[in-house]
This record gives sequence, C-alpha cells and structure tokens, in this order.
Amino acid sequence: MDKKTRIPVREQDPIARSRNFEEVSYGYDHKEALLEASRCIQCKNPRCVAACPVTIQIPQFIKAVLDNDLPGAASIIGKDSSLPAVCGRVCPQESQCEGACIMGIKHEPIAIGKLERYVADWARKNKYTPEETIKPNGKKVAVIGSGPAGLACATDLAKAGCDVTIFEALHKPGGVLVYGIPEFRLPKEEVVDYEIDQVRKLGVKIECNVVVGRTVTIDQLMDNEGFHAVFVGSGAGLPKFLGIPGENLNGVVSANEFLTRSNLMGAYAPDSDTPIYVGRRVAVVGGGNVAMDAARTALRLGAEVTIVYRRTRKEMPARVEEVHHAEEEGVVFQMLTNPVAVLGNEKGWVTGLKCIRMELGEPDESGRRRPVEIPGSEFDIPCDVAVIALGTSSNPLIAKTTPGLEINRHNGIVANEKGVTSRPGVFAGGDVVTGAATVILAMGAGREAAKSILEYLGV
Amino acid sequence: MYKILKKRILAPDICLMEVSAPRVASSAQPGQFLIVRVGEKGERVPLTICDYNPVAGSVTIVTQRVGASSRKIYALDEGESFSDFVGPLGLPSEFIHEDEESLRNKKYLFVAGGLGTAPVYPQVKYLHQKGAHVEVIIGAKTKDLVIMEEEMKQVAEKVYVCTDDGSYGFKGLVTAKLKELMESGNTYHQAVAIGPMIMMKFVTLTAKEYNLPLIVSLNTLMVDGTGMCGACRVTVDGKTKFACVDGPEFDAYQVDFDEAMRRQTMYKPQEAEADHKCKIGLKNG
Repeated sequence: MDKKTRIPVREQDPIARSRNFEEVSYGYDHKEALLEASRCIQCKNPRCVAACPVTIQIPQFIKAVLDNDLPGAASIIGKDSSLPAVCGRVCPQESQCEGACIMGIKHEPIAIGKLERYVADWARKNKYTPEETIKPNGKKVAVIGSGPAGLACATDLAKAGCDVTIFEALHKPGGVLVYGIPEFRLPKEEVVDYEIDQVRKLGVKIECNVVVGRTVTIDQLMDNEGFHAVFVGSGAGLPKFLGIPGENLNGVVSANEFLTRSNLMGAYAPDSDTPIYVGRRVAVVGGGNVAMDAARTALRLGAEVTIVYRRTRKEMPARVEEVHHAEEEGVVFQMLTNPVAVLGNEKGWVTGLKCIRMELGEPDESGRRRPVEIPGSEFDIPCDVAVIALGTSSNPLIAKTTPGLEINRHNGIVANEKGVTSRPGVFAGGDVVTGAATVILAMGAGREAAKSILEYLGV
Repeated sequence: MYKILKKRILAPDICLMEVSAPRVASSAQPGQFLIVRVGEKGERVPLTICDYNPVAGSVTIVTQRVGASSRKIYALDEGESFSDFVGPLGLPSEFIHEDEESLRNKKYLFVAGGLGTAPVYPQVKYLHQKGAHVEVIIGAKTKDLVIMEEEMKQVAEKVYVCTDDGSYGFKGLVTAKLKELMESGNTYHQAVAIGPMIMMKFVTLTAKEYNLPLIVSLNTLMVDGTGMCGACRVTVDGKTKFACVDGPEFDAYQVDFDEAMRRQTMYKPQEAEADHKCKIGLKNG
C-alpha cells in the first residue's frame, strides 16, 4: 500500500445528492479506517494535538483504532470532546490537526477528521459510552446557549461535579448545529441529538425557551436561582446585511433566516408548517461556509444557484471541501463580483442583483488583497430569491441586560483567553467573544472557561 | 410543556387562553410579545401578550383561527399544552420608564383594531394602575367580533366601540372615531394604535392631521424572535430595524407602512398552498 496518499472517503454521487438532504459523505468503513490509521507515524511530539483547539490525543486514538480497540479510541477522544461525531464532520481539519500533520509536508496528511468520525459513529451505533465517575461538588453553574461553546463548557463542568443547567433561547438545543448547519453535512436526529443526549447523561439539564436578557437576567439567575457562576456562550446570531438599495424587497433573506427555516424548522421537508421559498433562481452573496450551506440548501430545494463573491476563490473563507462540494453539485460561482443594488418589480419582489466586477488591489489589514470596483462593469444577475450570507455579529441582548459586563465595539463580550469577563462570576467564550468562527474554536473556548470557572469556584 | 389552564371563546374564531408559563409571567411587561409552537412540525407563531399573573405563573393570550398554524392553536383545549411558549420578547412600552408622578398627569388614547384589542389591554391596565387617564377606541368589523370590552371598561376612563357595519356602537372605522374625538376638542399626550398594519397606517395619517404623538406596534413576520433571522426587518426613519428586538413599538410617523405591509405577504403563496393564510394573530381586523 502506498502510504503517501490518504484513503479516499466515499461520497454520494454529486448529481443524486444535489436533489436530496441525505448526508454527502458516507465516512470510512472498518477496513478503510484501519488502512488510514496505519498511515499515522505516531509522532513522539505530535503537532496535530497542539493544533487541535480541544487537544484531542490524536496519535493515541489512532493507535487504538489500529489495535482494533474502538472503545479505547472513543474513550480517548471523549476525554477532550463531547461532540466527536459533529467535529469529525464539520471541523476545518485542513487548517488545524491535519494542517499540522507531519505527513502533510511531503505527502497527504492523515485524514484525522474522518477517523474521528469513524470512531464516534462506531460508538453511537454500538451504544458505547465511556464510563464517568462524577463526584458532586455542590456548585451550581448556569450555561447560556446550547451551541458548541456551551455544550463543551457544560460537559467539563459536569464531569468535575458541578450541577449544570444550560439555558437555550430556541425550542431545540444545539445552537448553530441545529439552526445553521444543514442536514446533508450534519445529520440532526442521528448525530446532533445523540451527542447532546450524551451531555445530558452527565447530569446536565437543558432548559429551552429561555431568552436570557428577556425571560430572565444573569443577575436573577445568580441572585434568585442560586447559580454560583455563569458561562455565556450565546454565539454570534445577528445577521449582517449589505446596506444597499432594495435590500428589504420581498425575497431578500439573511442566510440565518433561510437556514433556520430549513434546518431548525425543517421547512425542507413537506410536512413542516414553516414555509420556505426559493423560486427558480437563487443568488447567494458571500464566500464563507454559511454561503455554501445556503447555496447547497437552495439547490436541493430545486433552484438554480449562483454564489456572488467579491474576491477570488483563493480568498474565500469557506472550507475547500465545501466549495468543492458546492461546485460538484452544480452551484455557479461569480467571483470578483459585488452587488451594488437589489432590483425589484412593481410588486416589491426581488428580480435580480445589480453587480459590478471587481479586481484585486493592495492587501488590506486582513492581509487579503482588497477588491476594487472596475468602473463601468455593471451587469445584472437575475434571481427570484437573494440570500445574504455576509457573516454575523453578537446579539447584544445579554450584554445590554447585565450591568458591569464590558463589551467591545462589535457588541461582543470582552473576555480574555481564559473566558474571564469584567464581571466576577460571569465567564464567556465562543462566537459571542470572538465574532463568528468555528464549532471547534467555540468548544475550545468553552473548555478554557470551564477551567476558569472551576478555579473561581475553588473546586 | 406549557399547560392551558383556561380557555374561553371570545367571539367566533377568537379564543382566550390562560397558559402556565411561570418564567414568562414573572418577566412580562406591557408592549412585549411571545412565540408559541404546537407540535414537532409546528411553526413558531408570534402572539401578543394579553395579560400576565406572576403570582399564578400564568400568561393570557388571545388568538384568532385564520390559517393552518392558528387553527392548531385554536384546537387546543383546557388541560392540553403548547410544545413551546417563549418570551417575553421585544422591548416593553416606553412609558414603563416614566415615573408615576409624570404618568398621573398624562392622558392616553389607545386605538385597538380587532385582535389588537388584546395587547392594548395590559398597557391600559398598567397605565390605569399608575394613575394615568386612558381612553380606548375598539374597532371591529361587526358586533360579534368586539372583544374584551368589559375588561377594558374596568381599566379605562372611556371606551368607544366602533363597528364597520354599525351593528354595535359607533358606525364606522376607528379613524372616523379618532377624527370625531379630535374635532370635538379632546387632547391627548400620547396615542397608541395596535391592529392590522393597514389600520395602523390610516390611524397614522389621521393622527398626523392633529399632530397627535403616536406609537404603533408592528406585527411582522418572524422566525426566532430574538434578532437572529431578520425576517421582521422594517424601515423606521430610513433605517432598517428588527421589529423583534428594536420594537415591536415604534414612532408611527417614522414607519414605512407600505413596505411593512408588502413584507407581510412574502410567504402568502406558500401559505395559501398549505392553507395557512396567516401566521400572526393580529392580521384580521
């Protein structure tokens, strides 16, 4: 066997999958996983672990796979991650563990994400849960938000013996895992619900339909409900718009709205009460993972889809795999294109995007070359629905209703890398602090904050 | 689950429900709303808060059967439960920040259209308790559809009922009654209109003739109700606002009603197909 190249993963046929919501990637089977695991050279000083935001002991779990000890592999991952089947699917491994893999310097890096998914899927299908002995420490902690940051924080706190309650604003726990990431990338019932149930099995309570800042405040939780500490992991839920004429026309929606309707409300399925509309042609503005998710969702709902992005493919913040999948499925890319107005008809419905061609100029503060308009290059992209996927910012609700909690100019909560905020007893991490990032970075921040909370509580 | 403690039919297709929701009951304030959901496939339906009792831990809602989702709500009986009941959402009415001293000297006029009478009630009740002088115009298509008149009379100095067909009270639209009150020399420090978007638009035009300060409560489309989706965006004073977190109450003179009405119809074709003509209780006057 050639150990230089990785074992490819089987996927649904691009044409077939562009019309269904079933998972794109089938993942490794046992034989494939063993072969891929055998490629790992078991570095003494593993760079992959250092590059993992939750420091999973990667060589050890891969060794366990190779030794056919899958319970052992699941236990090793379980020490550091409560969402392995999620992370195996949605982590940007190419810029983290796999990006650091020594094999990647000359050959292809080990497919760590696919192996993690294999182990996590095995554990779920075989109902294997690592044993945990928990000694209650008498401390009550409230976790606000049941997304990746909150779940990771709650897991570590519960394992340490805290009495943890997660408060979730929506009617289902999971945060971006349920409202944002589509079924075809991350199955909800099978994967997300199961992993959240695993967190519940540690004794973590989840109370849905509680909008902290409205239903109850942080001060009330601490003063009236006896919580000794609070972790805020409420995410970055506020959609950004372009601020161009015509943006409030009917048919112009934020990616958040589009994806929430489809994912959280299940509008992609005919039996849902929640409507969703794609028309014949959909234009998606943006170049991140959320733009890819919206585009691929619209495609599956039967539309012709164009992604409009103002820079080039190289600058796209979306994962390479997502862009590749979108392209395979038939999404059209209009690069170096920026919308300047949304066009509408006399009924107030969107009919297209008036765009202008761009070229790349000097690098900006992000180091990426700044797109500059080419004068006189305006043209129209016709569409029935325009989805705006320009990113999100923090919801100011909690910050506004928690006196003494310092916020930055983007309404994000100010916290250090250990999750410590300006309010004693209140900790924060994930997108609410950093702005929109990844599942795994939020989990890492949740774990760091859990350490700080335990230190603060003196347990 | 959120149990229905009491259900009462107020008018044909309109019912009142008292629901057990202790957290919402203890934090609700005048002007706010909530979101309910019935069943696993259910929509998130925004509804106005009609009353709340922190001691009993209950919240009262009023809903009208007009489409698929509101039919599901209406079909629930006493003893049954909502799957989800979340709130309070939105900002409370501005006047809750005023002290009693100042409210005691204030005269308010509320203009309630149809189901909009329900959210007007807690505002009038609050102001009455603080000693303000409050008058209420209640408008409905016909006598059968006039709701909460008796409750309102308990907390308002005067209640003027108008029906489109003249079957009860003043014959004509609420705008005609408003005009009559203003023409006969009445003055108010503040007016508040809550009802169908089209009614609020015309109340705004009428109030403007008399320079009457006016607040409206916008019943836009919503999904999450916490600022996440932007389905509820409205143009106020030339800027895009989210009705769910920046509102639902706004200065009437700054609202682009035509855009707001147009945006309400966004999912009309889908809803007609699924036979949910309306997802917001306030739509019918």
